[in-house]
Amino acid sequence: MKLISGYFNKEASLLEAVKSLRANNIKIKDVFSPYPVHGLDQAMGLRRSWLPRAAFIGGAFGAISGFLFQAWVFTRAYPIKIGGKPFLATPSFIPVTFEFAVLFAAFSIVFAYLLKSNLGVGANNKIYDERATDDRFVVVLDTSNVDEQEAEKIKSKFEETGAEGIKYEE
Amino acid sequence: MSDISTREELIQGNKDLKTITDDVFNPIVAKPNKFWFAGLLLAASAALIGVISIVLTVWKGIGIWGVNKTIGWGWGITNFVWWVGIGHAGTFISAILLLFRQKWRTSINRSAEAMTIFAVICAGLFPLIHMGRLLLGFFILPYPNTRDVWVNFNSPLLWDVFAITTYLLVSLVFWYVGLIPDLGTVRDRMKTKFKKAFYRLLSFGWTGSAKHWQRFEIVSFTLAGLAAPLVLSVHTIVSFDFATSVIPGWHTTIFPPYFVAGAIFSGFAMVLTLMIVARKTMNLQDYITINHIELMNKIIILTGSIVGIAYLTELFIAWYSGVEYELFAFVNRATGPYWWAYWIMMTCNVVSPQLFWFKKLRRSIWFTFLMSIVINVGMWFERFVIIVTSLHRDYLPSSWEMYKPTIIEVLIFVGTLGIFFTLFLLFVRFFPVIAMAEVKTTIKNK
Repeated sequence: MKLISGYFNKEASLLEAVKSLRANNIKIKDVFSPYPVHGLDQAMGLRRSWLPRAAFIGGAFGAISGFLFQAWVFTRAYPIKIGGKPFLATPSFIPVTFEFAVLFAAFSIVFAYLLKSNLGVGANNKIYDERATDDRFVVVLDTSNVDEQEAEKIKSKFEETGAEGIKYEE
Repeated sequence: MSDISTREELIQGNKDLKTITDDVFNPIVAKPNKFWFAGLLLAASAALIGVISIVLTVWKGIGIWGVNKTIGWGWGITNFVWWVGIGHAGTFISAILLLFRQKWRTSINRSAEAMTIFAVICAGLFPLIHMGRLLLGFFILPYPNTRDVWVNFNSPLLWDVFAITTYLLVSLVFWYVGLIPDLGTVRDRMKTKFKKAFYRLLSFGWTGSAKHWQRFEIVSFTLAGLAAPLVLSVHTIVSFDFATSVIPGWHTTIFPPYFVAGAIFSGFAMVLTLMIVARKTMNLQDYITINHIELMNKIIILTGSIVGIAYLTELFIAWYSGVEYELFAFVNRATGPYWWAYWIMMTCNVVSPQLFWFKKLRRSIWFTFLMSIVINVGMWFERFVIIVTSLHRDYLPSSWEMYKPTIIEVLIFVGTLGIFFTLFLLFVRFFPVIAMAEVKTTIKNK
């Protein structure tokens, strides 16, 4: 795989570069930055994340299973009268149901995030440049299937938008 | 409060991205100074004393404590509620202030969340020790056991088990999700092979990719949305331990909001205690500025005033209800044998935070440090007053008793302080104390 990457030291020039590359229909492989850059996802045309749905599904599962579990324990498994309450003492079950919902929702979204992003113990993701976690913004493009002319164009776009360095990688 | 854009910069010293990285990274590789070693030695010794006292309690039984038939909950539950309360500030700062888009939280959220986790660990120890026999701890877990009888889902004590466990776990993942990018930064700066491998493991393979950041932000917001009601629910449920009983002085509907406000009040005080020391010893004055301290002091005035109003409302309702037991409980608190504890509580929690109305005092580091300790002493006494004074005068005068802790109870409390500070000192040594990726988003000349 042939890669070309542009290095920027300002958030504004990064955004400009990404916009100008996209305006020229050049496909960006990835962008690395030391912090979340606002507006970068729109500039790159990233789709909205569906992760909150994982939280909703997890939370709904937690709430329903949590409630049903308590109801099953007190009406089927071993019904006991406590404090004169009915076996199915719904208001008493609300706090635990709520905690189940929050716990499952939080863990669902976090696991979905880690799995989807391939993050986790022992994950060996390629680190393009160690400066990207410090103070540099790196735009990486895959040039395996582009001709000389196109590669030149990418280079000029980087230069126009104020890249402070360009790196080629085989 | 002025608009965020017209305020002065959140951090001082004209930092650029590189210097922020260096400022946070350097303490992790630098040799810690002698204050750190002295602190660790002191904290670890206290923790050891605590562990010995816990072992003694388990070995000999709860009889070596000062609790008796009338006052079944003494220091143990006082400390439990106190620690859980302290554990509320971290998630409040990172969840609720995130939802309100208070960017100043970025300098303190990391360490406040760490503090939360350590405080909740300390809190969780007390109910377990209080059972006397550790095997009873299994009885609070709902698992298909050979005894057939399940746990009692009608009991607030069981709700507590779920609330505290959920709170600990959710705070832990929230904290760690935020740590991953910063651990990646630390990994990329490490020079030695072993340390690099260590942080590679911890950083979960973070690269800083745009897609990851997009997901990171949405996950943080969702977790904040989940943690905000959670943090309110935890102390609400702790207050149910008291409020759902029929003991005069406990049987009050005002407890949930009053406990939550008190928790945030004491939590912020503990954050201030730790931050004032940390900024000085770790050279973080540019990040945790006097403005941060002032903003925290404003939250202290707000929550402290809510607590004060709650105390007065309790007194008013005790009189207005016309219930003689209620009235007796409150008059007895203020004038009975434990009057001194009540007045320490009133002075520390109601009177003293009002001094923060003066801007000069709000911006004085020494005064804030002093107040942060005064408030936590006051909040400890609040729990002591609620628990002990409500119990020591039972309905039957023949059951009336007094309670005094034994040395073992005191040492267990000292021990949890030791565990808390040991964990916190280890945290500041090995982890990035400032959420640097988040601070980087707040500076102007990026």
